[in-house]
Amino acid sequence: MRTPIRMLAAGLAAASLAFAPLASAQQKIKIGFITTLSGPAGVIGKHMKDSVELALDHLGHKMSGVPVEVIFGDDQFKPDVGVQVAEEMLKKHHVDIMSGIIWSHVMMAVVPVVTGAGKVMVGTNAGASPLAGKACNPQYFSTSWNNDQTPEAMGKFMQEQGINDVYVMAPNYQAGKDMVAGFKRFYKGRIVEEIFTKPGQQDYQAEITQLRSKNPKATFVFYPGGMGIQFVKQYVQAGLRERIPLYSVFTVDETTLPALKESALGQYETKFWSPDLNVPASKRFVADFEKKYGYTPSFYGAQSYDGMMLIDSAVRLNKGSLADTKAVVMAMRKADYDSIRGPFKWNVNQHPIEDFYLLRAEKGRDGKVEMRIQKKVFDDHKDAYYQDCHMAW
Amino acid sequence: MNLILVFEQLLNGVQFGVMLFLMAAGLTLVFGIMNLVNLAHGSLYMVGAYLMVAAAQWTGSYLAGVALGLLGTLGVGMLTEVIALRTLYERDHLDQVLATFGLILFFNELVAIVWGRTALYTSLPAWLQGHLEIIPGSIYPVYRAVVIGVGLAVGAALWYVVARTRLGMLIRAGASNRTMVAALGVNIRLLYTVVFGFGAALAGLAGLMAGPIYAVQPGMGELILIQVFVVIVIGGIGSIRGALVGALVVGIVDTLGRAFLKPLLGHFISPPAAEAAGPALASMLIYLLMAVVLAVRPEGLFPAKSG
Repeated sequence: MRTPIRMLAAGLAAASLAFAPLASAQQKIKIGFITTLSGPAGVIGKHMKDSVELALDHLGHKMSGVPVEVIFGDDQFKPDVGVQVAEEMLKKHHVDIMSGIIWSHVMMAVVPVVTGAGKVMVGTNAGASPLAGKACNPQYFSTSWNNDQTPEAMGKFMQEQGINDVYVMAPNYQAGKDMVAGFKRFYKGRIVEEIFTKPGQQDYQAEITQLRSKNPKATFVFYPGGMGIQFVKQYVQAGLRERIPLYSVFTVDETTLPALKESALGQYETKFWSPDLNVPASKRFVADFEKKYGYTPSFYGAQSYDGMMLIDSAVRLNKGSLADTKAVVMAMRKADYDSIRGPFKWNVNQHPIEDFYLLRAEKGRDGKVEMRIQKKVFDDHKDAYYQDCHMAW
Repeated sequence: MNLILVFEQLLNGVQFGVMLFLMAAGLTLVFGIMNLVNLAHGSLYMVGAYLMVAAAQWTGSYLAGVALGLLGTLGVGMLTEVIALRTLYERDHLDQVLATFGLILFFNELVAIVWGRTALYTSLPAWLQGHLEIIPGSIYPVYRAVVIGVGLAVGAALWYVVARTRLGMLIRAGASNRTMVAALGVNIRLLYTVVFGFGAALAGLAGLMAGPIYAVQPGMGELILIQVFVVIVIGGIGSIRGALVGALVVGIVDTLGRAFLKPLLGHFISPPAAEAAGPALASMLIYLLMAVVLAVRPEGLFPAKSG
């Protein structure tokens, strides 16, 4: 009986030696990424998922030498499903960190679950105002923006242009009201009328007829996804494209352009990023994305790619581990990585301080309609809520 | 609020109503005659739009796209009836709702697999672009006028088929007593397949006409389906005439509500209150209407005469 015991002891010693260098690093980094992969909004989720996978390619599927696994979850555009998916990722898959999420209401529901489990959430789209203000949390980071910032940029641009008599339209839900509020924070000219339509509405002919009868000088709208495709098509079909310029936010982008093509020509948008942004990290992302998937990436994808790179920077600074949440937060705050938006700066609420640009839909070299940056509207723009956030740095 | 504007909005309402009618006619036929609750009717609308876009791209001709889209949806409808729905006629409505809800998921995923999740690009041929001046000072898109024309023509044709032809007679007979019709030697199975295919083609027609103005994307059918159910509840389940009247009423009420309710409310209550109440009330209007109709005439405006 002596020999087996000795062998066992020798084996244990060898094993402990073998594992010793890895004591601080993990064997595998697990990231939970939630987005919407089904239904009409599934196209946004696809852009985000493809971008995350491209980020993994660029990282060689390793962060600081440790293999990375990303687990994707579908929130189906529903907060309760989002919470369910998050809990499954945390409890069953034991993910080290969470990321993703398109919608503000899903984010508001999921963040407490993630922070409650002692993990960090890296939001890559949703820009709920409470999370930038009163409800800010050290364990919540965003690589996108606060909802109000993009319409604020459009408001500032239209104010500077001296455009008066603007007709404002948005869907009748919280994000729609936020967009209009953000727009009016910087636009001080005359507003002819504010119209809130039913969320998910398909036909805007009645509203467009009313709009035409008021004869405004410009139209400002927020119609994300399918609503935007429908509104823009019908606006053009009503013969208004040339008569009343259309300015919008989150309406025309790389997820809706393939369906709009020429109908989008001349459309103005504001955004913090565009595929033609002249930043090395962004150019590499766009070029490799187009090569791998054969379509143009959107800002949804750029933010998600950025989120993965941010997580990678935290893993690197912590030498291959995400186990210590406090250390992860401190590392994330350094933002030691090349962002797709250029030099990266955090505000105190852990939302980026960033530039915003005016974009216009134009015909590209190959005849494809694409968004092109016209000018910078905001330099180092901070959101309107950070002063309500009392977080120690 | 001038008269020209009211006239234009009425036209918009009629146009929306006509689209709803094409959907409602098929749904109400299937429900009235086959006693089948078909939640997947919106999927056939989506299939119509996709097939038309694909066929138009393939042939390079808009009209060929329309023809192939219609035939394709007819085929998909009949196939669905034979494969999936036949077994459901004897089951209760809850089973039918579950099974046809499953069909919605199936069709949405199928479309996403074949054409991708990004909405498809659609455009109008040059001869359907442009505007008409119906009365001086009022311009109206040609395409929407065509939609109204097609819808009303289909309505008339449908009335003729159901009221004046042998097929229509069988359909009406099948609605009142299917056992008796079968006993008289009519192939009721085949009749059902034909009726279902017919309803599918009408939904496909609505879908392919919606393609150039709406977003052609997975799940597009569910957005319109709820309004279509409101239409057939108001019109009376199983009645084509009810579907037509219900669709026009819903189309006009919804459109006028969206256009004029807020300014109208502004005369009675404070502007900020009207600002908040107007859009909310406008989007509820058709459901309020349905509630009133249900309270006054639980069978709908034109209940189908069945035994």
